[in-house]
Amino acid sequence: MILRPDFSRRFFASVLPLMYKRLLPIVFSAFVFLLAWSLVARYSGIPNFILPSPLSVWTRFLRAVNDGSLAYHTGITLSEIVLGLIAGVTIATILGYLLAKSRSLEKILSPYIVASQAIPVVAIAPLLIIWLGDGILSKAIICALIVFFPVLVNTIVGVRAVPAALYDLMNSLHASRAQILWKVEAPASLPVFLGGMRVGATLSVIGAIVGELVDAQSGLGFLLRVGDFQYDTPMVFVAVFTLISLALALYGVVRIVENRFLKWQG
Amino acid sequence: MIIGCKSKMSASILAVRGLSVVFSTENNGLHALDSVSFDVNSREFVCVLGPSGSGKTTLLRVLAGLIPPTSGSFKFSGGEQPSIGMVFQQATLMPWRTVTENIGLPLEVGKVNQTVAREKIRDMIELVGLQGFEDSLPRDLSGGMAQRVAIARALIHDPDLLLLDEPFASLDAMTRERMWMELSRIWQARQKTVVMVTHSINESLFLADRVLVFTQRPGKIKMDMEVDLPRPREDDIRYLARFGELARQLRATIE
Ligand SMILES: Nc1ncnc2c1ncn2[C@@H]1O[C@H](COP(=O)(O)OP(=O)(O)OP(=O)(O)O)[C@@H](O)[C@H]1O
Ligand SMILES: [Mg+2]
Repeated sequence: MILRPDFSRRFFASVLPLMYKRLLPIVFSAFVFLLAWSLVARYSGIPNFILPSPLSVWTRFLRAVNDGSLAYHTGITLSEIVLGLIAGVTIATILGYLLAKSRSLEKILSPYIVASQAIPVVAIAPLLIIWLGDGILSKAIICALIVFFPVLVNTIVGVRAVPAALYDLMNSLHASRAQILWKVEAPASLPVFLGGMRVGATLSVIGAIVGELVDAQSGLGFLLRVGDFQYDTPMVFVAVFTLISLALALYGVVRIVENRFLKWQG
Repeated sequence: MIIGCKSKMSASILAVRGLSVVFSTENNGLHALDSVSFDVNSREFVCVLGPSGSGKTTLLRVLAGLIPPTSGSFKFSGGEQPSIGMVFQQATLMPWRTVTENIGLPLEVGKVNQTVAREKIRDMIELVGLQGFEDSLPRDLSGGMAQRVAIARALIHDPDLLLLDEPFASLDAMTRERMWMELSRIWQARQKTVVMVTHSINESLFLADRVLVFTQRPGKIKMDMEVDLPRPREDDIRYLARFGELARQLRATIE
């Protein structure tokens, strides 16, 4: 393929400003951070098992990638998160919609829902693991519980905020309940709902890790504990960075959905 | 020659009898409409004129089936609720839908075939002069443009009954008079029955067969006036002596 001579010029003309604006500050701050970290690790006299150097973390990372253990444990944690998100978000959305539409249902249920929030999920995690075993299921349920509340609240707020005028419009057209749901309520409440999803997605990572820290045979929380137990601090760092990446990726997915569906908000 | 002067024999399509609406408020009921009775004939253009707060919007909302009357009744001949095109006092567009999608909403709700719908929408966009804005979002429209989208949306599904709540209030004078002509034309071509709320005496005389004048709250019918001006009504109709007479009568009744 022959590239037109002005191709590379145009390519850089379109990409470079973006790099300067968005990427460059991130790359620069990461570089400074890594440099500071290496210097402290090398010259402060803090032993390697307390503060490993970036290089040793990197070497440990490569080893975990090569022996497949990182992919395996990340896969476990990710499936717990995804299962928990699906269950928690589905139930919270349906229940939130019903509560938003029915004042009497809200009066009956809201004391229980609020009270349930007074129980920290972290505190009942051991119970759930005793009841449901130390496998994926118990962690998925912890995730679901943690995700539940922010999604529920935002669904209620979002559906309540649908302008009454749009209901009038749909009713004047003799629209069905389903049409009102999909053509008005869903799109109108989506911005607030996705706000809840953004919080929920980040919290779900915490849910999975809390569960795995209590008791697990696999997952990133398990790697954290093993690394801690064996004084394999670089492994702990690898697990922590993987967790951060997971949380950022989930957050990014929600942002992509927002960018795709909320263009009209501008 | 007088064209399009309708026969007074045409059948009543809407019968409103003793309609009252009382809104329940904390202290005591707010009486918005007080035993309003009138008939609308098929294909008739009726304007409702009255001071602010006299229950004009409330009347339209009752007719659209959005609120139940406290007492009294209204009946469409044929029994069932007819299909309704409504233009609200505010444009009431869906901010996530483009102009095209907003106008097409009634067709979507009525599950009209997409190819047919696209064509109708194109014609309607031309009618209200929004060419070039098909894919714009409501946030990028002026108030007048948004109202034109709302008018197009009310007409697109060819409803039996048009309920218009001050549809031209936010338009500039030029566009407003052009829309009068357009509405007149559509009304004659498509043989619609129209109930339109307005604050403007000129507007009602340009468009209506009959004008109902409401009193201050609670809204009662103070006058039911036949507009016996020739059709089609062009811009220069306002210089007719009869136009002036009717306008004076209306003004006197309102004040
Ligand atoms: N949902 C409601 N609840 C309580 N009061 C209402 C409600 N809707 C209207 N009202 C009251 O009923 C009266 C009539 O209102 P309406 O909107 O019908 O007046 P209008 O003639 O359309 O006035 P305008 O010309 O200003 O639009 C007003 O006093 C208003 O405050
Ligand atoms: Mg009004």
